[in-house]
Amino acid sequence: MRKNYLAFNTLASVCLFSASAVAQQTTFNPNISLTLDGRYGQYSNATDYELPGFMLGGEASRTEQGFTLGHTELSMSSNIDDMLYGKFTVAIAEHEGETEVELEEAYIETLAIGNGMTVKAGRFFSDIGYLNKQHPHAWNFMDAPLVYRALFGDQLIDDGLQFSWLAPTDTYFKVGIEAMRGERFPAGGAANDGNGAFTIFAKFGGDVGVSHAWQLGFSHWNADIEDRESGGHDHGGASEVPSYTGESSITGVDMVWKWAPKGNNREQSFSLQAEYFVRDEDGEVVLEGSSPLEQTSYNGEQTGWYLQGVYQFMPRWRVGYRYDRLDADNQGSDADVLAEAGLDNEGHTPEQSTMMIDYSHSEYSRVRLQVNKDDSYEDSDTLIFLQYIVSMGAHGAHRF
Amino acid sequence: MKNWIHFFVVVSTLLLTTPLQANINVFACEPEWTSLVNELAGERVTTYTATTAYQDPHHIEARPSLIAKIRQADLLVCTGGELESGWLPVLLRQASNANILPGKTGNFEAAAMVDRLGIPVAADRSMGDIHAAGNPHVHLDPRRIQIIAKALYQRLSEIDAEGAAYYQQRFDDFNQRWQAAILNWQRQAAGLKGKRIVVHHRDWVYLFNWLGIEIAGALEPKPGLPASAGHLVSLKQNLAKQSASMIVHTPYQSTRAAKRLAQITNTPVVELPYTVGGSDQVNNLFELFSVTIEKLKGAL
Repeated sequence: MRKNYLAFNTLASVCLFSASAVAQQTTFNPNISLTLDGRYGQYSNATDYELPGFMLGGEASRTEQGFTLGHTELSMSSNIDDMLYGKFTVAIAEHEGETEVELEEAYIETLAIGNGMTVKAGRFFSDIGYLNKQHPHAWNFMDAPLVYRALFGDQLIDDGLQFSWLAPTDTYFKVGIEAMRGERFPAGGAANDGNGAFTIFAKFGGDVGVSHAWQLGFSHWNADIEDRESGGHDHGGASEVPSYTGESSITGVDMVWKWAPKGNNREQSFSLQAEYFVRDEDGEVVLEGSSPLEQTSYNGEQTGWYLQGVYQFMPRWRVGYRYDRLDADNQGSDADVLAEAGLDNEGHTPEQSTMMIDYSHSEYSRVRLQVNKDDSYEDSDTLIFLQYIVSMGAHGAHRF
Repeated sequence: MKNWIHFFVVVSTLLLTTPLQANINVFACEPEWTSLVNELAGERVTTYTATTAYQDPHHIEARPSLIAKIRQADLLVCTGGELESGWLPVLLRQASNANILPGKTGNFEAAAMVDRLGIPVAADRSMGDIHAAGNPHVHLDPRRIQIIAKALYQRLSEIDAEGAAYYQQRFDDFNQRWQAAILNWQRQAAGLKGKRIVVHHRDWVYLFNWLGIEIAGALEPKPGLPASAGHLVSLKQNLAKQSASMIVHTPYQSTRAAKRLAQITNTPVVELPYTVGGSDQVNNLFELFSVTIEKLKGAL
């Protein structure tokens, strides 16, 4: 090897002044990356999970106990031509003993309209909030904050079209709108002929000196919902599934502050991150499968927020703390039906404190220990997780 | 909604009617390229530098401020060769600036203009964070800088045709001073030839190749991985057989491992500027090489 190296050096020196530029390395294969995520979880009590005051959907549940796999993600992305970029991600997950394949992303995005304009089409993570756009393996904790679990079923993914515009200013300012199908939780029913949900967002950001960077975002989502079903309560065999039809809107503000000495995050860094969302729903809840059919009007205001800090105290090692809180205020004509639909907050405000420590041997592997002090429902619980996340293939992006 | 549309229309109109200025916005990924652009383009351009000498150019986050700046760039001058692969592609996708996409005139990749050393025969992550396109730290060889400068002034002339004569004249001037400086540096550094030096990361391959210095080992067991105690012990054993003149590192690298090895092997540690701004005395490319050679000689 050493010999080869020296030989190469000599060769390189000889042809050093050749006038022709070395062609850039090109390949027509897409960037492929695979993420593996394995977990071990231990709980104090193993009762069915619920969040009082919230109709759950999407992937809103706790990781199961013992040895489990998280999302195994396979992703391919590439420039399609000089105008378009495309990305495809499937997540393979185990759910109640079944292996499920979920198409997480399948979108195309323009590269070169210019003037800061970008159009994206297909299935993608909505730009609502801050955390929503990140892949779960890029999160600083193993699980989503309660507010994402409750309002988005962990993440808002939908099919549609996004238009965004980046202002030509030194302070980062980006605005965008999304028009989406609205079939997946937290929407449902693909109302208005499959054009049921809309998002609008604005993001601001910048640096303060060389060591600090920040971003502030505002977002709003609304949907017409037809028959959004959520996991119901079993009543001795007769299963009743609550279904919601009506208007729903979610409005949020998110902020991130990052610090690294002289902007060098190799040794030390700190990030502070918080998001607040409020959801308003106005419509009707029906217990499908009940006889006679039980229903109630439903007018809900649900809020939730989290605040988290992650400190990298030396290369490879990080510790983090997160505080989560939810609050539901739901009214309806029939309190019993509301309660059966999980919309009675049972006098409880869900909250959770989470601590984690993780070690990244390289940029491509991470091992994490996490402890959740979970008071999200009436049975207080302590959850302990051990997790590994590794990525193979294409170099991951260092997103802000 | 109406307000937004109104806002878009007003802003787009402003954009389209802004008078064309000769002033070119240059986004340089690293300070060495800002310095080179300043040599070649002087007052005709406005430069913005994405990183400092105290930041590891492999590990930059695609911060909002960088997206905002790259959005406004007419010319991107970066090392390339995968050095910025963790963040530059993200910036480019977010900024939607058609002028500076790869393959466009506004995208200048310095490493693509020169021969690269250390192109791996096989690339596997068990070998650490290696670059399939070869070692990208090409700016530490002044002969390669000379080749890059020529390509860069030609690129500037393509983007700003009115300034072509100006760029040509500035390049000729730079080239003359640079050629003289190279000869001068080579004379000064003659005593460094054949010396063995321990590096932190293989940032110095091109400098050492130019000056005939031999790499006596790297503090990183694999590129991108921090030094471990076990690795330092094996380095010590190697150095016991064949000693090294010094241990060098960049301003952005931790000095912990270097100091530890210095202690157990009695070898001096030298912080080299690595790029422009890497020490108080280094304000341009000329000073970068003068100071680097001075520091290397000072530690002998």
